Amino acid sequence: MDLHPYAFLALFLLVAIAFPIVLLAVAQVWFRFFQPPKPSPSKQDPYECGVAPHGDAWIQFKAHYYLYAIVFLIFDVELLFLLPLAVAFTGLPVGAWVAILVFLFLLAEGLVWAWHRGHLEWS
Amino acid sequence: MMLPDPASTGLARVRKIEGSALGLRTPAFAPEEGAGDLLEVSLGPHHPSTHGVFRMDVVLDGERIVRLKPVFGYLHRNHEKLGEGTSYLGSMPYTDRLDYLNSMTNNWAYAIAVEKLAGIAVTERAEYIRVILAELSRLLNHTCLAGFLMQDCGCSGTPLMYAFREREKILDLFESLSGSRMMCNFQRFGGCRVDPSAEWLAATRKLVDGYGAFLDEFEALLSGNEIVMARTQGVGRLPAALAVNAGVTGPMLRASGVGHDLRKVDGYGVYPRFNFRVPIGREGDVYDRYMVRMLEMRESISILDQALRGLPGGPILDPKSKQRGLRPKAGEAYGRIEGPKGEIGFFLVSDGTGNPTRYRVRAPSFVNLTILEDLCLGHSVADAVIILGSIDIVLGEVDR
Amino acid sequence: MILAAAPASPADAWLERAPVLLRDALTGWLPDALRPWVAALLSIATILGVFGLLFAYMTLAERKILGRIQNRPGPNRTGPFGLLQPFADAIKALTKEDIVPRAADQVLHFLAPVVLVALSLIGLAVIPFGRNLVAVEMEASVLYFFAAGAATELAIFMAGWASRNKYSLLAAMRALAQLISYEVPLLLSVVPVIVVAGSLSTTDIVAAQGGWAAGLWPHWHALTPWGFSAFAVFMVAALAESNRSPFDLPEAESELIAGHLTEYSGFKYALFFMAEYLGMAALSAMAVTLFLGGWQAPLAVLEFIPSYAWFGVKLLLLLLGFIWIRATFPRLRIDQLTRLSWKFLVPLALVNLINGGVWAATADWTGAAAVVRWFISALGVVVPFIFLARSLSAGYGPRTYRYASP
Repeated sequence: MDLHPYAFLALFLLVAIAFPIVLLAVAQVWFRFFQPPKPSPSKQDPYECGVAPHGDAWIQFKAHYYLYAIVFLIFDVELLFLLPLAVAFTGLPVGAWVAILVFLFLLAEGLVWAWHRGHLEWS
Repeated sequence: MMLPDPASTGLARVRKIEGSALGLRTPAFAPEEGAGDLLEVSLGPHHPSTHGVFRMDVVLDGERIVRLKPVFGYLHRNHEKLGEGTSYLGSMPYTDRLDYLNSMTNNWAYAIAVEKLAGIAVTERAEYIRVILAELSRLLNHTCLAGFLMQDCGCSGTPLMYAFREREKILDLFESLSGSRMMCNFQRFGGCRVDPSAEWLAATRKLVDGYGAFLDEFEALLSGNEIVMARTQGVGRLPAALAVNAGVTGPMLRASGVGHDLRKVDGYGVYPRFNFRVPIGREGDVYDRYMVRMLEMRESISILDQALRGLPGGPILDPKSKQRGLRPKAGEAYGRIEGPKGEIGFFLVSDGTGNPTRYRVRAPSFVNLTILEDLCLGHSVADAVIILGSIDIVLGEVDR
Repeated sequence: MILAAAPASPADAWLERAPVLLRDALTGWLPDALRPWVAALLSIATILGVFGLLFAYMTLAERKILGRIQNRPGPNRTGPFGLLQPFADAIKALTKEDIVPRAADQVLHFLAPVVLVALSLIGLAVIPFGRNLVAVEMEASVLYFFAAGAATELAIFMAGWASRNKYSLLAAMRALAQLISYEVPLLLSVVPVIVVAGSLSTTDIVAAQGGWAAGLWPHWHALTPWGFSAFAVFMVAALAESNRSPFDLPEAESELIAGHLTEYSGFKYALFFMAEYLGMAALSAMAVTLFLGGWQAPLAVLEFIPSYAWFGVKLLLLLLGFIWIRATFPRLRIDQLTRLSWKFLVPLALVNLINGGVWAATADWTGAAAVVRWFISALGVVVPFIFLARSLSAGYGPRTYRYASP
């Protein structure tokens, strides 16, 4: 009698998306009938502490954490490999444990290297 | 005191004096080429952490500040010109509005200037009352500052509310004495306006006795807090040389390691009779500025204790003294005291009429604010906010 | 009706089975083809209702508790003890004008709060709220949960970028920095739990924490040395993941006005808050599941209280912790935040991974050997902690002060 898990998740996602949209729609209905919006140029300016904004906000922003992002990518991918290993862990022979340890060691070594090279500092 | 050669400090400020406009980019903080665009953001005047209508025009390279231009004047109301058109006594309530947290010390500094100009002697009891009120002001100001600073660090209001609870108690004392909580208009030339009753003195004694416990609690929560230390230590370092050059005074200067306190240097009022110490910092960073104020409050408690015990009897004001229609003979006088924010001074020039021909305020937060850019360059936006908080400005005084 | 004698197993108590019985009663009359869909919708509606209410009253509880901590009463004008405050807030948010900046990316600006709420909600599908109360049973439910959770920071980035406001831009960039810093420790701290439980399914992980050592000490993961360390890392990362103080950098109100929320008003603004609290609740629920025994009672004699009540109690305690932390700590700076993650939490979690592996490999040690097992595990937590904490707080500390010579 149970649904397939994925079917359930799809249904949940649909409801979850519909939920905020319905709430926003209720607000729209309210505006439509009781409180029509009154846009004005200064109201729809981007907020900049009360002074006229100058310059664009869509710039090429300098991300100080660029190097972190690369380390993050490596770690995130490696974590994905770790999860199946973790599930199967207790049933594995000793040789596989050693392999996991080597894998972990490589992961840790990468972190130590990045730390040592100063990549874990804000530039 | 030895004044270092301005050229040797090598800081942006010095070159600003030489004629280049505000907002000089020093090579050390130049953005990297091709690393991204610069973002010009205005922090203030309508910003939660600019302590009033103050504005910092910052240019950011990522999160780092490469240029900062302080913009103020939003609260300008012609204070000094008003003073020239107002009688000597008439200016007294206006001085309340300068640093509106500390009207008592503003009053006192102005009273000293007029007393010097007109040669008026102050009664002994009044001198003690002035010390008591000034030290209460100091407690109030530093407590608020610590609360605001923690708010700027990102606390969700808890330290601020604790600080404001104590501030309320002091404001209640001010209110019951002067009739007003913040705009006290209390000092008069040669004394003060109201003689404190025995109940008022008892209430003050109670507050003073309990204040140490509050400070202990506050410091236990914050001074050793790992995040507070990480956020404030090493941030916004102010070298002693620059501080002296820029005319920085008050706890800001002492945090940089210069033991300059007008209560010791000038020994005005009856301060030489009291036993107190002047705490000084070593690094001159935000944490030192915070800690110096905390330690100063402990000294204030000790001064208050001595002053309350030694309070003599007698009149608070010479009954024959003239307040209204005061016409000092032509001359000039500069009266200054160690306000909670630094040296607050009034320079008055009299031509023998009922109004001063020149009325000038040396506002400590205005002078302390001038080094803002030097402190902020190279730091992040988050740091700029707490650096500004640690300078302790009140816009009523900066803009006048 | 004659009441039967006390049921043999707590799983049979009718209070325990009440939600399932209710669902069956409501859907029993439907045709077979429709029944699973209606049942699924019912459980989704229950999750939405319960967590929607939880969100409403969390906001009130937060304001009340913050108020009490700060010597003020908090909201107390709307209804008794301010109990109607959340509804007043909701009405206010619904009727506020929805201002969208002219220059903003209209589509993204609208989409960001919707996506954020949706993503914060869907993680709740795999949480076992009680003995038989899990919306969906899945093999890889832990993986699903974190995949959904990680995307929330992207929605914040979306909001910040779409607003075309400078503060929002800074907030968006901070949200990304936060994402790349706290995803890794969050997941790493979970891996030892998976190793010990041997499963990625939340139901199995809760089941693995059943029972008591010596009849007193629950087998919850947080009550083992490696588990405690993992729990601590998880909670710190969860704080950061849900942008709560002291990691509320994207919306740092004392620096960036309201960060990514600066250009949002009306109900979109409220949706961001909803997402924040839902995310917080989801992560806390996950923490309860992974580390605090899920719906398991702390003592065997307390099993007569239904399992979902225990889950609720644990969840509320963790949420209370979030509020308490918010009332206590100042905010970190962005570089300190990344440093805390990469130089403290990640290494700690990595060491803990091996620690958890050793714990799993020595599962059959009993008697004196069990004591040795505990000792090894404790050592594997304390030593790296001391070592890493020292390097983390190097460079600052309490100072002593001089006094000027007279």
